[in-house]
Amino acid sequence: MARETLLNIVLFLMLPVTAGIALLLDEPFIITLVTKAAILALAGVGLNIALGLGGLVSFGHAAFFGLGGYAMGILASHAQSYTPLMETPFLIEGTKSMLVIWGAALVTAALAALAIGALSLRTTGVYFIMITLAFGQMLYYFAISWPAYGGEDGLSIYIRNDFPGLNTLDPIQFFAIAFGVLAIALFGASRIAKAPFGLALFAARQNAERVETVGLTPFRLRLVAFVISGAVTGLAGALFADLNRFVSPTMFSWHTSGEIMVFVILGGVGRLFGPVAGAALFILLEHVLGGISDFWQVYLGILLLLVVLFARGGLIGTLAGREVAHD
Amino acid sequence: MSLILLIEQVLNGLQFGVMLFLMAAGLTLIFGVMGLINLAHGSLYMVGAFAAAAVAGWTGSFILALIAALAAAAAAGALVELLVIRRLYDRDHLDQVLATFALILIFSEGTRWLFGSFPLFLDVPAALAGPVMLPGGILYPLYRLVIIGVGLLVAAGLFLLIAKTRIGVQIRAGEADREMIAALGVDISKLYTLVFALGAALAGLAGALVGAIQSVQVGMGEPVLILAFVVIVIGGIGSIKGALVGSLLVGLTDTLGGVLLPPLFASFMQASSANSVGSAVASMSIYILMVGVLLFKPSGLFGGT
Repeated sequence: MARETLLNIVLFLMLPVTAGIALLLDEPFIITLVTKAAILALAGVGLNIALGLGGLVSFGHAAFFGLGGYAMGILASHAQSYTPLMETPFLIEGTKSMLVIWGAALVTAALAALAIGALSLRTTGVYFIMITLAFGQMLYYFAISWPAYGGEDGLSIYIRNDFPGLNTLDPIQFFAIAFGVLAIALFGASRIAKAPFGLALFAARQNAERVETVGLTPFRLRLVAFVISGAVTGLAGALFADLNRFVSPTMFSWHTSGEIMVFVILGGVGRLFGPVAGAALFILLEHVLGGISDFWQVYLGILLLLVVLFARGGLIGTLAGREVAHD
Repeated sequence: MSLILLIEQVLNGLQFGVMLFLMAAGLTLIFGVMGLINLAHGSLYMVGAFAAAAVAGWTGSFILALIAALAAAAAAGALVELLVIRRLYDRDHLDQVLATFALILIFSEGTRWLFGSFPLFLDVPAALAGPVMLPGGILYPLYRLVIIGVGLLVAAGLFLLIAKTRIGVQIRAGEADREMIAALGVDISKLYTLVFALGAALAGLAGALVGAIQSVQVGMGEPVLILAFVVIVIGGIGSIKGALVGSLLVGLTDTLGGVLLPPLFASFMQASSANSVGSAVASMSIYILMVGVLLFKPSGLFGGT
């Protein structure tokens, strides 16, 4: 346990330290990469609440990631063209304020997770995996065929949104925002895991009947976890869209769902810092292997296969031993 | 909407559904017998299409291309089963999803490496090219009719295989109780490899047949894979009959939805927005169908418990 705590501290500091070194070396591209890792880690932290804690294998988290992205894209595109989003029954203007956009992304993703979760959680096992996948695809095809916001081509936002007191176009300042959000989410996730809610959720995963006999409803626990999980991933989507200043239906694609899952697994399922380790490793591999070969995903596939087959605790499990992270 | 157009679209829907069945049958068999979710099934479809396109390019023979597709997909399936998949049978679904997702990355990027990013083309054989006149004066491409026929034949063959042969008995017994049939002396790991290769061959056949209508390219298996998942979830995972009913439902819903929904919305909306709303809803229609089915039957139409 002590080893994992130590490892967590190293992992946590790794991102800002790398960004700081890149700043000293004047390498803005590296800062952007680290920012991307932090944002993808945030998406993974979201998924990990459902997957690691609740045992809910959602293969449709791209839905929330994409909704967060489109919440940003739609609000900012209306602000950029000075047209209101909606006039009746009441006026909604577009906005360039990051905080408002985050709120919208959280609420949109949470509502979608509530609807998707309420339907999907009626099923279990493979059916759950596939129905969440289907919901993700449903939104993907909707985004492609809905022409109002760019359809297949996506939406470009020319200027990054505003955050009070910071210049968001400066890579290091935007990194600080993303990292701050990640830190808050990690703190929240650690609180959830230790709170009565998290314990009950974990118990429902192990033995739903027993949880029911002590008077709790597993369905409700899982639904709440799914909503929190979706909302966090939605927030990551808004940040990701802001990082790229671009949203497209690709954010909804099932590859995105798979990748978010890969971050969690590469790092270690159910480990608080698993997604951070996984996302950082993913970005590192993408950058290093992508420099060697255009077909770097072959190596990623082989590595992922080896992790699944032989190193089941993921990166953190391998480095910190196989104790379960909850106690 | 004329009746002729409608009949054409129904035939298109059937053709699509039959192709989905070839994919879904393998998926559902593999799930039913081995309890495995195989995301890489779409990659086997792609392997079949690429093998067919390459062999047709060298020899010019469509028959040889089909044989190559079957052989390549079955061989790839057997190889993957021996190397990777058999380590996954007693793992949980999460591990299976991830490992087979990894296989997709390897297959897709590996194929891009070998064949490049440009799509290949596979021509419809000359004997089957061109339209045919159906009763009622409907002109319909012969090749698509042949696909429907081949698909239905394969479906019938599969039902016979499972209902009447010794292998079929073992497959059904494997679905019911794996340990027991192993205890009765059936070589279970050989049976698993066989079932996996059979599913792969069906996927490869589907890939080759569809490859002649669409272009053969990396990633072509993924949309079909996801539709095949929708099919088996609707039909009930593990049920071949469910896969057949589900495929036809999904094929018809998808095809007819795209044709019928935009005019339907136009009947009560402005033409311009009706078109976009109609096509958006049409593209989601099969997922809406799936959600609808699962609300009433959480384990699919023909699912067990």
